[in-house]
Amino acid sequence: MALPLLDARELVKHYGNVEALRGASFTAHAGEVVALVGDNGAGKSTLVKCLSGVERPDSGTILLDGSPVAPASPVSARALGIETVYQDLAVAPDLDPAANLFLGRELRRGGLLGRLGVLDERGMRRRAIAAFRDLGVSLPDVDVPIGALSGGQRQSVAVARSVVWASRLVFMDEPTAALGVVQRERVLDVIRRVRDQGMAVVLISHNMPEVLAVADRVEVLRLGRRVARFDAATTTVEELVGAMTGALSQEEA
Amino acid sequence: MTTPDLDTAPERRRTPVQRLFGANTLWIAVVLLVLIAVFGALRPDAVLTAFTLQTTLVETSVLLVLSVGMTYVIVTAGIDLSVGSVLVFSGVTSAMAMNALHGGNATTAGWGVVFVGLLVALLSGAAWGLLNGLLIARTGLPPLIVTLGSFGAALGAGQLLSNGSNVAGVPEVLGDGLGTGTWFGVPNLVLTAAVVAALGALVLGTTVFGRHTYAIGSNEEAARRAGIPVARHLVRVYLLAGVLAGLAGFMALAYFRVASITGHDTDNLNAIAAVVLGGTSLFGGAGSVVGTVLGVFIPAVLRKGFVIVGVNVYWQPIAVALVLVAAVWFDQSRRKARDRR
Repeated sequence: MALPLLDARELVKHYGNVEALRGASFTAHAGEVVALVGDNGAGKSTLVKCLSGVERPDSGTILLDGSPVAPASPVSARALGIETVYQDLAVAPDLDPAANLFLGRELRRGGLLGRLGVLDERGMRRRAIAAFRDLGVSLPDVDVPIGALSGGQRQSVAVARSVVWASRLVFMDEPTAALGVVQRERVLDVIRRVRDQGMAVVLISHNMPEVLAVADRVEVLRLGRRVARFDAATTTVEELVGAMTGALSQEEA
Repeated sequence: MTTPDLDTAPERRRTPVQRLFGANTLWIAVVLLVLIAVFGALRPDAVLTAFTLQTTLVETSVLLVLSVGMTYVIVTAGIDLSVGSVLVFSGVTSAMAMNALHGGNATTAGWGVVFVGLLVALLSGAAWGLLNGLLIARTGLPPLIVTLGSFGAALGAGQLLSNGSNVAGVPEVLGDGLGTGTWFGVPNLVLTAAVVAALGALVLGTTVFGRHTYAIGSNEEAARRAGIPVARHLVRVYLLAGVLAGLAGFMALAYFRVASITGHDTDNLNAIAAVVLGGTSLFGGAGSVVGTVLGVFIPAVLRKGFVIVGVNVYWQPIAVALVLVAAVWFDQSRRKARDRR
C-alpha cells in the first residue's frame, strides 16, 4: 500500500490524572474516507484535537506524507492543508454564506483599495457560488444571513468551508448530528465528492449504518488506543460494536 | 428536492447601498421621516428652516461621533459605558495641555497649540480605549463591568486633574474655527461628524476590519476557529471607541469653549440608545453606521420638535424610551423567528 497521508503513532495525552490517549495510532490515506469510531470517552475527540492542532500530544509522532509534523494551532494545521468541521456549527449566523466561506481568509480588491482592506465582495460571492455548485450544496438564496437557512444548509456551508480550503485532509466531527434524513444524505454526498477529489476525509460518527455507508475504512478506538481496523465493505455493524465495547479485539497497537 | 439555479443568483445580488443600510435600518428611517413630517405639518414655518436644521445638526454632532465608535463596540456584542467620561477626561487634558503650552492661558494661542491639543485629546481617548480593550480581550471580564469601571475612573481622573472645576482658556481660533465656524454654510462641527460617520460606515461595511467585527459579534468562537485574531481585534475596536471619544471631547471643547466636567453623565446611554435605535443588535453581529446616524437624530428631532410645537419637553425621554424598547423588541423577535428554523 502507498505511503499513508497521515500516520499518527503511539500518541499519549493526559488531562491531569486522566489519560485520554494511551498510545493511540491512526492512519489515513489520500482519496479515502476513514471513519473513526469508538464509545464515548474512547478518545476520539482528543485524537482529532491532537491531529488538527487544537491540542498537543504529550508524546508520540505524527507523520504527514512521511515527514514528522507538530501542528501547534489550528492555523498551522491549516497551513499544512488540514481543515476541521466542528460538531457544533462554527459559522457566523449573521453573515451570508459567501462571507462564512471566506471567514478569516477574505479576498481583497486589487490595488490601493485592497491595501486599505476593502473586501472583494463580488469575487468572494462568485467563487462561493462556484464552490457550492461543485460540492452539490444547494442554497435557496446566497444573499441571506446563514442563520436564516435550515440546519442542513448551514452545516453544508460549514462543510464546504473546510473542504474548499483543505488540500490534503478534512476532519469532520459528527457533521451530520442533528440533521434530517435528506440533509444528512446531502452532507454525505459532499464527503464522497471530497474523497473523489483525492483528499482524505476523517469522519467521526456514532451512527454505524452511516459509517458503513460512506466510509472506505473504519478504525476503532477504545480506552485511548486503536483496537481494530476494518474494511467497510466487508464489515457489519455488529463487528464494529463488538470492537467498540471490547467484545472483539484485533490488534494491540 | 428542487435545485435552485445558482447561475441566476447574481441578478439578485445585494447592492452596496443595501449592505450599508442593513435590514433593520429602513423602518427607522421611516420613523424619522414621519417625525419630521408630523412636526413639519404642525409648524411648517418653524420646523423646516435652515436654522432649525443647522442647530439640530450641531447639537447632535458630538453625540454622533461617540455613537460611531459605540456602533463598532455593540456590533462585537460588547458595550462601552465609559465614552462620556473619556470625553470629559480628554477635554480636560487637552485644555490643560494647551494652557500649559501658552503660559497658563491659551485663549490667544495659535493653530500650533490647537494641533497639540487635538493630539492630546486623541491620545487621552486612545489610552482609555486601550485599557478597556486590553482588560476585555485579555482577562475575559465582561465589557459592562470593565467600562463601568473606566466610566467612573476616567471622570474621577478628569476631576482630579482639574480640581473638580471646568477648564477655561480655550483658544479663540479653535472656538471660532471648529466650534462655531462654517464651510459654505455648513458648520465645521457637522462636517467633522459627517466625515467620521462616512469613514466609519465605509470601514464597517466594506473592509476586512469591518467583516471581522461582525464575525466576532455573530459568533466569537467561530471567528476564533476561522483564524481571526479575536483578542487583537477587540482591543482595536475599543481603542477606536476611545479615540473617537477623545475627538468628541475636543469637539465639545471647541463648541462650548470650556472643558466641562459636568453634563456628560448620560452621554454613554444616549450613544447606546442611538446605536440601538439605528438597528444595531445588542446581541452583536448586525448593525450599521448609517442606522446609527438615523438613530442619533430620532431623540434630537423629538426634542427639537417638542420645543417648537410647545409640548412639554419632559415628554422627550419618555417618547425616546418607547421607540427604544420597541426597537429592541423588534430585533429580538426577528432573531427568535430566524433561530427557530
